Amino acid sequence: MTAIVVTGLGVAAPTGIGVETHWSAILAGRSAIGPITRFDASGYPTRLAGEVPDFVARDRLPGRLIPQTDHWTHLGLATAQDALDDAKVVTSDLPEYQMAVVTAGSSGGTEFGQREIERLWRDGPQHVGAYQSIAWFYAATTGQISIRHGMRGPCGVICTEQSGGLDILGQARRLLRSGSRLVVAGGTDASLCPYGLVAQIAHGRLTTCGDNARAYLPFDADASGYVPGEGGATLILETAESMRARGVDQHYGTILGYHATFDPRPGSGRPPTLESAAAGALADAGLRPDEIDVVFADAVGDPALDHAEATAITKIFGPYGVPVTAPKTMTGRMYAGGATLDVATALLALRDQVIPPTTGVYSPAPRNRIDLVGAYPRQDRLRHAMVLARGHGGFNAALVIGRQLTAHDDQGEATWRK
Amino acid sequence: MTGIGVVAPGGIGAKAFWELLASGTTATRAISLFDATGFRSRIAAECDFDPQANGLSAQQIRRMDRAAQFAVVSAREAVADSGLDMAELPPARLTVSVGSAVGCTMGLEQEYVVLSDAGRKWLVDHSYAVPHLYGYMVPSTLATEVAWEVGAEGPVALISTGCTSGLDAIGHGVEVIKEGGADVAVVGATDAPISPITVACFDAIKATSPNNSDPAHASRPFDLGRDGFVLGEGSAMLVLEDAEHARRRGAQIYGEIVGFASRSNAFHMTGLRPDGREMAEAIRCAMAQARFNPEDIDYVNAHGSGTKQNDRHETAAFKESLGAHAYEVPVSSIKSMVGHSLGAIGSIEVAACALALKHQVVPPTANMHVPDPECDLDYTPLHARERRLDGVLTVGSGFGGFQTAMVLARAAGGRAG
Amino acid sequence: MAEVTLDDLRRILRDCAGQDESVDLDGDIADLLFAEIGYDSLAMLETVSRVEREFGTSIPDEAVQEMVTPRTTLAYINRRLAEDTAGSAA
Repeated sequence: MTAIVVTGLGVAAPTGIGVETHWSAILAGRSAIGPITRFDASGYPTRLAGEVPDFVARDRLPGRLIPQTDHWTHLGLATAQDALDDAKVVTSDLPEYQMAVVTAGSSGGTEFGQREIERLWRDGPQHVGAYQSIAWFYAATTGQISIRHGMRGPCGVICTEQSGGLDILGQARRLLRSGSRLVVAGGTDASLCPYGLVAQIAHGRLTTCGDNARAYLPFDADASGYVPGEGGATLILETAESMRARGVDQHYGTILGYHATFDPRPGSGRPPTLESAAAGALADAGLRPDEIDVVFADAVGDPALDHAEATAITKIFGPYGVPVTAPKTMTGRMYAGGATLDVATALLALRDQVIPPTTGVYSPAPRNRIDLVGAYPRQDRLRHAMVLARGHGGFNAALVIGRQLTAHDDQGEATWRK
Repeated sequence: MTGIGVVAPGGIGAKAFWELLASGTTATRAISLFDATGFRSRIAAECDFDPQANGLSAQQIRRMDRAAQFAVVSAREAVADSGLDMAELPPARLTVSVGSAVGCTMGLEQEYVVLSDAGRKWLVDHSYAVPHLYGYMVPSTLATEVAWEVGAEGPVALISTGCTSGLDAIGHGVEVIKEGGADVAVVGATDAPISPITVACFDAIKATSPNNSDPAHASRPFDLGRDGFVLGEGSAMLVLEDAEHARRRGAQIYGEIVGFASRSNAFHMTGLRPDGREMAEAIRCAMAQARFNPEDIDYVNAHGSGTKQNDRHETAAFKESLGAHAYEVPVSSIKSMVGHSLGAIGSIEVAACALALKHQVVPPTANMHVPDPECDLDYTPLHARERRLDGVLTVGSGFGGFQTAMVLARAAGGRAG
Repeated sequence: MAEVTLDDLRRILRDCAGQDESVDLDGDIADLLFAEIGYDSLAMLETVSRVEREFGTSIPDEAVQEMVTPRTTLAYINRRLAEDTAGSAA
């Protein structure tokens, strides 16, 4: 089977816009968590978030697109453009039906939707705008990217909250194995509006801690919940042949394994299934646990959920058996955008052979027997990385990625294909 | 396909659904789910659905949006119909894929009204929030509820590609089985969009029919007098199994899904190119997968939404992909009877196709009296038709430019459903 | 009686539907097709709805077919507004 390579990245995250801006902030351990500025959150128990700084839609998007799309789609369009540029894709050179777009978003055009629903209830049905029909629904970002770049292949949208950010990469790989040559796979989310925040306050997993540095501490003895974030990343996935056919060799790494599972219903007495997702992704990649050199954790910041994740990791890799990191401590939890961003960050870690830090966690809960990378980056020999994600409601996904292909890999691959 | 469950306007359950279609009866009426005074389109195809009578518990009813209730009830029916003993199946080998265009919009809107005090507070009041509010915010809850209902621990997904969500979700489940990721899939879609915000958003773009004075005859696909679609609601869930798995246990088999392909028009979020080329391409790909020639298609279940633009676009796509056979094969749109339930309708139409295969009957296009010269195929007007059906094509088209085609075949081996 | 001017229309278009960078909206656009200045059917629906709300009139569905350029649009709307005034005076 042909290798699946990542040839382009686009990032719009609280840690910055652009791949290298984000990566240098992460390596420097610069947390982007701060007070919410998109609206007045002073009356809410959670007042901190990771907001994408300095994103000016006017500078990044065609003027006609801005009023007809939500902030979430703006971020998706901008990162898709950056990723395509990064991969040096000339869309007119590729067959229109063999380019596809797959995006994940957990809650759609939340802010746009709140404005329109407010108009409806405050002023009446005639006040709902024409763009509500295309901005709020979950397929808006995929549709707009497909139109903007003339991609007419099998486009899709997967909503599985945080795991969606990995599920789209599994789906992209499926498309590449069945005839597509290039897939734009993007996870972005932006629910930092009052209704989006309140919906999360209601489920009780947001932190109410008001100290930027102490608010989001996954695996820590003082874990108190998570901080909401916004943004995400878009990846360009291709088959190695397709990449080379375009005369391109530069790529970040390869997608080696993916698996998704679902947790049993609460109260069923059956165990959660994150471990099976991780084991399945390893098996899919044909790797042993000791060939994984770093795990990017889902890291909810809820003591019970953190412990469940640590247990899954420990069962596969052994106690303290693999370095575990959670750079999302610097961005907040970004739902579908978070998992895709973790994959982008993991690819950069493999490229530069350095594990990014987990900031703020100074007193890890001893019951979590994992080797959590602390406040400073760790230089290491990194061959493969695993990214884990859990979506609200029981979704689990695991993705295994590897380093860039070398000439040697190509030979091996050619032999394997025979 | 070994099990079918349907919650649709005109009756709950696959049996009532088929009786409605076969008799050509329309289920469109004046909106009763909310007071639609002041809206442009005040008609819809509503489900007479009592969650309690359909076996949902008090907690399920409190927690679940109407779309989730539909999905769970139809999933239950599909599983019972399949004769599968879910307790015998390894949970990890069971996959779920649910489509929905607008997710839990109804619950989201109802809670919004409370938290914002009917739109008066931009800074909505968190002290009034129900604990399951986030479950309305994320449409994935619909897949969660179905997965809990059937006990799935394999891959579970919520697919949301606008009005092709239903077909795409079924196709997704088929692909998971084909890759070896599961033995059994519970797939389908659900939508409950008859709430003020969704009605208003289609009002704003004048996509829905304003024929408020004659709701029963308002959904008029392919008719010259058509003036927009009529919103619907409902869900269909299906049980799919690897063919070998189904035959081994001697299951009833409604049919096989032998082709599935989707394309995007990359043209406009709501507009369609009149030549229908991307839908034609999806149809060609789905037929190629099925190893079907156009002549192997005995019935085409059209998207047939009843907008001026869609019905022409689709007619062009059928001519382009099926050639001369497009003029021979019966086509119909069940949206004339059950309305357009957005993402759900694709799965409801696959259920209709499977039942058509079972009964060897083509459901009609109701309300089609005056043909549009630009839509010049055989749309099976008014009355159902008996016919030998071995291969069936169904298509969908959605906002965002999505075009999907699926081909079903009568099962070769195994007991006929 | 309020009359909708070309500048009103420019402002409403910009505000509700944005602006195509390649088009000089402040230039001589009165006789250009909306498609030529970057506005599609959704943009027109949104624009008409804003005009209805701002100027307190109601514009029937089929009227959009007449509104192909800014000039024909303004002519239609202002005729409509004049009729409204005449109607209410009567």
